[in-house]
Amino acid sequence: MPETGVKSTFSKSTGLPRKRFYRARAHSNPLSDSHFPVPISPSHVDYSIHFPQIFPDSSKKIQFADVGCGFGGLLISLATLFPETLMVGMELRDKVSEYVKERILSLRVANPGQYQNVSVVRTNSMKYIPNYFEKGQLSKMFFLFPDPHFKEKNHRRRVISPFLLDEYAYVLGVGGIIYTITDVEELGDWMKSCLENHPMFEALTEKELEADPVVKLLSSATEEGQKVARNEGQTFQAVYRRIVLTEQTS
Amino acid sequence: MEETEAEVAPALIAVHPHRSSVAVAVGCDLRVFDLLAGVGVTLLDDSSSSSSSSSSSFHKDSIRAIRFSANGKLFVSAGDDKTLKIWSSISWRCIFTLSSEKRISAVAISNNESYVCFADKFGVVWVVDITGFDANQPLLDKKPTPLLSHYCSIITSLEFSPDDRFILSADRDFKIRVTNFPNKPLNGAHEIQSFCLGHTEFVSCLAFFQAQEYQQHLLSGSGDSTVRLWDVSSGALLDTCEVANKAGLLESNGNGKSEEHGHAVTDLCTTLDGVALLSHNVSAQTLTLAKVVSIEGEAFVPTSLGYAPSARELWIVTGVSSLPGCSHPSFARVRVISGIDIEQEAVVLEDEKMPGGEKLLETLQGTASVDENVFLAAAEAVKAAMHNLLIKKQYPSESRESRKKTRNDRKLKQ
Repeated sequence: MPETGVKSTFSKSTGLPRKRFYRARAHSNPLSDSHFPVPISPSHVDYSIHFPQIFPDSSKKIQFADVGCGFGGLLISLATLFPETLMVGMELRDKVSEYVKERILSLRVANPGQYQNVSVVRTNSMKYIPNYFEKGQLSKMFFLFPDPHFKEKNHRRRVISPFLLDEYAYVLGVGGIIYTITDVEELGDWMKSCLENHPMFEALTEKELEADPVVKLLSSATEEGQKVARNEGQTFQAVYRRIVLTEQTS
Repeated sequence: MEETEAEVAPALIAVHPHRSSVAVAVGCDLRVFDLLAGVGVTLLDDSSSSSSSSSSSFHKDSIRAIRFSANGKLFVSAGDDKTLKIWSSISWRCIFTLSSEKRISAVAISNNESYVCFADKFGVVWVVDITGFDANQPLLDKKPTPLLSHYCSIITSLEFSPDDRFILSADRDFKIRVTNFPNKPLNGAHEIQSFCLGHTEFVSCLAFFQAQEYQQHLLSGSGDSTVRLWDVSSGALLDTCEVANKAGLLESNGNGKSEEHGHAVTDLCTTLDGVALLSHNVSAQTLTLAKVVSIEGEAFVPTSLGYAPSARELWIVTGVSSLPGCSHPSFARVRVISGIDIEQEAVVLEDEKMPGGEKLLETLQGTASVDENVFLAAAEAVKAAMHNLLIKKQYPSESRESRKKTRNDRKLKQ
């Protein structure tokens, strides 16, 4: 691409990157060998690259993770709702993560002092979650409109699975909340049953769901959620809390 | 992308905890020598009697893991034929055969001998309850249940902590996972205690080092040519020993293997050119290289180690299941190093001085004398096999881009 072409990927009116230049395939194989750099351990994650205004002067840690953040709609909404909380989006498709990165940088320029608490990493979170977060570090994890992987053969590629929940329970602190939503009923049932059957998660009550401002964002803030709303589709959500494991004696 | 050459499996060795027998696995052959009686052991397997297989191959493909239980009553073997066999190490009768859906890459037995765990090529660890087994009676049909899973990574080593509180699994993605082993493991092990992260290549082996009752240290060997010392409950890296550098080796992509040494201050590890003894200072939590024992006159690349604490002997084996372009279908060479002690001079025993003598060599190696020329070929084959299996292939970004361009799932425009 010629030098002049680079600038035109940004919208003239808003200064934000234009999505049409970051089109990517909708699916990515999570099973393939990764060729991007992965931090050796959580202590190797360089916070000053992700949050240059806050680090190295702070000792804060990332508390929210949006796994498969896509084009970052939820992150952008959360960034202003929780301005004191560090959050990160994780996306496997490099073009999409590149878009989110540009989007955050442009928002930081357009709104000085804001959006300093949000960043994005290009990674396979199904493989490398423990490389990014310590035990109990996170307080919220988001899995919004994940790849449904309909075929039974491919169920093991689903981002919510009984075994992967063990790892999510490890990085979530006790009381931490896992948010899932999908427009595919079959996947909604699957995610709900995985969480329901896991001994370290319990469902939030209706009242708690009502009181949580984040729940409303699940369907309204994300690009996928807006698409579903435009088409007047249904969504299925499952919101669960990480609890202490009590070993059953029966 | 299918590999055309046959997969090569390294030879394995296991020494009975009370040094009553030694087992060697090469390819699909399982060979056992009774050290007390001084004779080779004939294995008995009633379960596979229907198939008229030759007497020495109870497994139909390469054996990838063998191990004695902590008190020596049981012995397990498992591998690429997707079966796991539990043997009584007294009668050497197979008491239990179990089939897995995938190839088995590692096995472990809980120290109380209640559970056998094995890991498959998809990164799933399975558990079988063997409580109340009877050495004389075959176990009833028991099905393995999934315990935990590494996400699509080959598990290279499985180990129980000495107190059975944790089960540890190491994988090709540089990780060691420490999971609380529950009271009811058949419901799965959900609570992860820690991850030991620091290796920069595949983790090849795990070994526990118990100095005092309440102090359990984990050692791990890796393709990054280091042996690392960990605190299991926090996952903290306590020390790193650059084995290749300290031993003055140039090779760095080798098959580092560490093995527990029951003695209070030492631990050991094999490198490409011999055996390195590491000294583990418990109070200072450090690892230092004590000495390197090289095996004179032979290009000996140990593929597996076994330690006999009572006799202070280290049993080492090298070998492969098959050698391309060679008359020998499989090859194994067993040596013993005696005097594994920090003060003593370690001696590599000559063949005639080996416990069990020529008989033992005939049993375990298949032949008493070994052709010198096959050593190098075997070493190369082992290295290549390990590399193919565990090292990730790196493609330059240009070739990745060109592959994306030639992808075949794009709709053709008419």
